[in-house]
Amino acid sequence: MITIERICKRYDLTTVVDDVSMLIEPRTITVIVGTSGSGKSTLLRMINRLVEPTSGRVLIDGKDTRKEPAHLLRRRIGYAIQGLGLFPHRTVADNIATVPRLLGWDDARVRARVNELLEVFQLDPAAYAAKFPHELSGGQQQRVGVARALAAGPNVLLMDEPFGALDPIIRSKAQDDLLDIQRRFGTTVIVVTHDMDEAFRLGDRVAVMSQGRLLQHDRPEALITKPADPFVSQLIGSGDKSLKLLSLTTAGEIAEPGSADGPAVTSSTSLRDVLAELVWRGASAATVVGPDGVAIGHIKLASILAHGRQAS
Amino acid sequence: MKPISLGVRLLVLGLLVAFLVAPQMFAPLFAPLNDYGAPAIYDQGNLLSLAISHLLTVIAAAAASTVIAVALGIFVTRPAGAQFLPLSRTLVNVGQTFPPVAVLAVAVPLVGFGQAPTLIALFAYGLLPIFENTIAGLEGAPRTVLEAADGMGMSPAQRLREVELPLAMPLILEGVRLSLVINVGTATIGSTVAAKGFGEVIIAGLLSNNNAFVLQGGLVTGLMAIALYDGMRLLEQRYVPATRAA
Repeated sequence: MITIERICKRYDLTTVVDDVSMLIEPRTITVIVGTSGSGKSTLLRMINRLVEPTSGRVLIDGKDTRKEPAHLLRRRIGYAIQGLGLFPHRTVADNIATVPRLLGWDDARVRARVNELLEVFQLDPAAYAAKFPHELSGGQQQRVGVARALAAGPNVLLMDEPFGALDPIIRSKAQDDLLDIQRRFGTTVIVVTHDMDEAFRLGDRVAVMSQGRLLQHDRPEALITKPADPFVSQLIGSGDKSLKLLSLTTAGEIAEPGSADGPAVTSSTSLRDVLAELVWRGASAATVVGPDGVAIGHIKLASILAHGRQAS
Repeated sequence: MKPISLGVRLLVLGLLVAFLVAPQMFAPLFAPLNDYGAPAIYDQGNLLSLAISHLLTVIAAAAASTVIAVALGIFVTRPAGAQFLPLSRTLVNVGQTFPPVAVLAVAVPLVGFGQAPTLIALFAYGLLPIFENTIAGLEGAPRTVLEAADGMGMSPAQRLREVELPLAMPLILEGVRLSLVINVGTATIGSTVAAKGFGEVIIAGLLSNNNAFVLQGGLVTGLMAIALYDGMRLLEQRYVPATRAA
């Protein structure tokens, strides 16, 4: 649990973060979204004290973050940034080993952890451990950056535009990986982005910031159905609100008993994609199968449409 | 600049060693430069011992310059020392612009004749390239890399030791190389105040109007400079693979 209490950051006369309070539940992904200059990165960096707040405080599991030296605090909090900041003079393995070594782990434990993380991030240790960052592709560098941030098993992971430099296909894969990793390690993740689609895709909670103020911090559905501020609606866009809403629910969540003709959809498919599939096929229902391929029910066009209405 | 090829490297080293150990071998080459039957090869001292003194003087001065210039470069790139950057730059620049001959003239009354005034002159002369390269190297580290180091929880000292200095190392070594090579040539003037070195050969030649001596002194000094340059390049290359990416 991260508690941000009435936090402010002022540089001379400009207020970058203005009286923000937030509660972040453990083991969730919170996305802070806003335009550039909204103060979202500054807010993130006040959590690990790369930026010291002018006033207010941050508590992690009830403990004030100012109670210990900043660099010791940061070893317990994962941090991944756009452009990654991999150390160019160190191998992939040494990059990932950075925080464990700072924490004084013995060599065998460090090596085991590095290999474990390389496997998790689908980088063969034999092939990649000894490589230097410049020998990797952008997507691989990104994975090493996240692996490094997670190396010491932090409870909290902060990410500042981590996927900003990736092309759309690798980006989408990186987002899926993050969701997997978060579920696997149960890490509390806070991501900063300017991309609303990314926010909706990743976030259990989405926080919208503008001009240093927190406008709304809520479930993604609530941002669409009950925007707290005109700026929030503007950021979400008015044209495809219903489709955005559908993209937040998966087929598995509203599947009903029964079956339908035609190819099946998997339970993790979003309603938006199921709708597109049904329109394309001219069908009114589809069978839903679980990840193991076993049918768990079917989904009707009408119930999808009902889900995309504001009233639902 | 292309690295020196292996053939050239062996040739330079071979020539240098041959000349220092058995200079009389080269007598026929230098004889035509002298008219009056004067000796063709420097015979007033052992060339090898002059070479060792010359080299030791240069290395000692460069080592002292390196320690001071790198320490100063680190200091003025820390938040606490940033305000001393302009002052330090001025001082180091004075060391470079003040002619070494003038430094000798000032130093001899203070420390006497011999190696000491030469060391002082070379030390002051060699500071600038190392100092400027240290600053350039430390300031050239990518911002995201430094932010990552902070974000990982490195203390300022750990960040300096584990990230900033290794990344700046190629540039620092380049500064040391420049300083060394400049000093090999500059050290010859030390012989005007009785420092042992190749300057003795040149000065002996000038005093006795012996062109062969002057040329020999210049040549061995030049060969030593090339050999040192090459040796430092080899050392620098060890760091190249690690820093190709930016």
